[in-house]
Amino acid sequence: MRATGRKIIMAGLAGSVIMLSGMTAQAGGDIAPKVPIDRTKGECVLPGDQMRREHMKILVHRRDDTMYQGIRGGKAAFSACLNCHMVKDDAGKPVTIESPRHFCRVCHDFAAVKVDCWSCHKSVPDDAGNINALKGADKEAEKASMFARLMNFVQGGAK
Amino acid sequence: MKKRTHYELLKAGAGYYTALAGLGIIIAMALAATWYMEHYGHIVTGMTNEIVWGMPHVFAVFLIVAASGVLNVASIGTVFGKAPYKPLGRLSAVMAAAVLAGGLMILVLDLGRPDRLIVAMTEYNFRSIFAWNIYLYNGFFAVVLLYLYTQMSQDWRVRRFYRPAGTLAFVWRLILTTGTGSIFGWLVARQAYDLAIFAPLFIALSLSFGLAFFILMMVALMRGDDRELGTGLVNRMGRLLGVLVAAAAYFTFVWALTDLYAAEHRDVVKYLFASGNIYSWLYWVGFIGLGTIVPMLLVFSNGARSSVKPVVTAALLVIVGGLSLMYFIIIGGQSYPLVLFPGKEVKSTFVDGQIASYAPSMPEILLGLGGVAVAIAITLVATKVLEILPRSLADAEVDPHTAAHEEEGGAGMKQAA
Amino acid sequence: MTDMRTSDERDDVQATTGAQAEHAGNGAGNDAARELDVARRAFLRNTAAAGVVALGGGLTLYTISGEVLAKKAEEPLDPKKRWGMLIDTTKCREGCDKCVQACKKENGWDAEPGSRTDVQWIRKVEVRDPKTGFLASLPVMCQHCANPPCVDVCPTGASMQRADGIVRVDMHICIGCRYCMMACPYKARSFVHEDIPEEKKRFHAPMGKGVVTSCDFCAHRIDVGQIPACAEACPEGAMLFGDLNDPDSALARRLKEIPSYQIRADLGTDNGIRYTRLP
Repeated sequence: MRATGRKIIMAGLAGSVIMLSGMTAQAGGDIAPKVPIDRTKGECVLPGDQMRREHMKILVHRRDDTMYQGIRGGKAAFSACLNCHMVKDDAGKPVTIESPRHFCRVCHDFAAVKVDCWSCHKSVPDDAGNINALKGADKEAEKASMFARLMNFVQGGAK
Repeated sequence: MKKRTHYELLKAGAGYYTALAGLGIIIAMALAATWYMEHYGHIVTGMTNEIVWGMPHVFAVFLIVAASGVLNVASIGTVFGKAPYKPLGRLSAVMAAAVLAGGLMILVLDLGRPDRLIVAMTEYNFRSIFAWNIYLYNGFFAVVLLYLYTQMSQDWRVRRFYRPAGTLAFVWRLILTTGTGSIFGWLVARQAYDLAIFAPLFIALSLSFGLAFFILMMVALMRGDDRELGTGLVNRMGRLLGVLVAAAAYFTFVWALTDLYAAEHRDVVKYLFASGNIYSWLYWVGFIGLGTIVPMLLVFSNGARSSVKPVVTAALLVIVGGLSLMYFIIIGGQSYPLVLFPGKEVKSTFVDGQIASYAPSMPEILLGLGGVAVAIAITLVATKVLEILPRSLADAEVDPHTAAHEEEGGAGMKQAA
Repeated sequence: MTDMRTSDERDDVQATTGAQAEHAGNGAGNDAARELDVARRAFLRNTAAAGVVALGGGLTLYTISGEVLAKKAEEPLDPKKRWGMLIDTTKCREGCDKCVQACKKENGWDAEPGSRTDVQWIRKVEVRDPKTGFLASLPVMCQHCANPPCVDVCPTGASMQRADGIVRVDMHICIGCRYCMMACPYKARSFVHEDIPEEKKRFHAPMGKGVVTSCDFCAHRIDVGQIPACAEACPEGAMLFGDLNDPDSALARRLKEIPSYQIRADLGTDNGIRYTRLP
């Protein structure tokens, strides 16, 4: 009786693993949601599929850079994420994290991953105080060096 | 030759399960209170930016301090070689861990972000006495379990480490209580704290709180399970309790006098000890009256020789007094405003210079009681699954020679009379 | 750490007339519009300040500390710096709380007067000597100690000191134990007692339920070469912000000229905030 139960559970688990792997195999474009982005504001830090895998690492890396080193602005700034990925509602106002259309939720609702950002962080760009991030990285050289640092980090070079 | 103590599992009757169910309800209510506090934030508690630690911390610190004191019962047997305490070693070790678990549960559930508890385990600031305490608390569990193992193992190769393990546990608990006291003692900013005496004061408090808690638990378990419990043993423990409460009171006097002597601290001493506010009452009536003088009268009374009742009452009162003192130290100490400009009057929109008021809310109290319930429940379950409770604690069993040669001089004479 | 160019630029600005500030802004990078902005604003402030100086004399001019321009947004901070502030209590007026209002606006907290649970970063304190009746009014915020008790006690290291002396909370690893609030002698920290609604949040000053917050010297402004909002807002120019470690900074030079005091200096915390006169 007990053994049968275990078998059923094992079979169920095996089944779901197969189903899941099937999903990821065909995944990519088909069922995974597309993250809304405004391409007129430029390209993202990394290509989309890489972003999907690495964005959390980039965020945490950047977070500590900002907390401890005071590094701000540029493409990897949190405010830059919000600026390009912001989704506007019918009234033309950026939607907050309350809305399932918010770019974070588009994917995170799908993946059922709860993030711990928005109890503190504002989920839409600030109206007034947000100029620094955008203006921070005007210079091509700065942009390039930042990008190099980021790639180095993503590839496991930096801490 | 030493008499061998027999340990038996608790015969759990209806009373046992009723008690467990009751504790379960209290714990469930505490968890509900936690959910409520975490969902709405600490705004629903009585805690503020001035009284940052409230009722949960009163219970938590009480339990954490008591935990190391509970272990002392075992230490008296192992380290100080007092034979009558030896049969109590197993229960003492298990209960010490249980009480610490209850206290820590309160602390953790009161955090602003209890969901980030893992951070407290992965990120350490080694300058923080709090971080040291995390090691000391976790180490306490490990050391106590090791100690328990050396007590309960049938293997002589393990049992021969009984004394070293007991000594290690004793030293560990002294350091642990020093750490707990220093949480307050090292706060340079606060007028009421910032005194090295908090470490020894907390050690003295731990001895009295722990012993009182242990006596109550022991009597309840032995009586509840219809096992023999010698009045002589209880009386002996009671008399020790009498000495310990006096020691704790002594340290609070030295604290008050030290601060009274320094003009800088005179105001805060007057405020805490002699201003007729709730804190003064808690100290004099709660801690000194009910928690020190009355228990001393009870445990040294003639009645305590023929009945366990005076000692049990005394133990209950020590706990009442202990909670009073914890409230006095933690809430009272915080309610006195920070002195940014000594000798000056201050006024601001952030209530500078004003006495902070505090009214504990129901969820806070429930959380605190939940910690106590967890401590008792773990002990109850442990006595049901581990052989830690002696079959008998009759005087003839634990110490046949009590009357003949008492180690404690004055007490021995009384006993002989 | 910061390159030569920025220190040159700083030296330029040190002389601090409006025109020079403008010049420095231009010279530093002709592509950096932001700096131009700052320099323009500095120029305007300086011009206004000059009027005040003409009337009252004293500290006002030094409020515009050119050296804060030194840090660019994307550069790491300079560990050789230690940010500090000199508050001229002789100029701070009773009843004026422009600095408090500016901080509220910049950092998105909104405490009711007398509230015991609202977040507060800066407050005006009226101090009166009961023996003499002498009265002073001054702002009190995080004192950015060199030896901060709040950083010592924090179990996780969330309460931290940046290499440039700014003391702040890394709210990402704050567990909300509130031990720093017990340890802070200046009542500078507050606990976020309830959820902050989205519309009240400020992008550059994130804070949320269950963590501790305090004045961070407007780190987000300093990091891009601006001065803290309170110092910028003071109508009397009574808040002089700058680098304590740079003997050439306006702040350091001023501190060398006149006596200044730290609140509860007896504690040895060595505050970064100094006052020209304490009651």
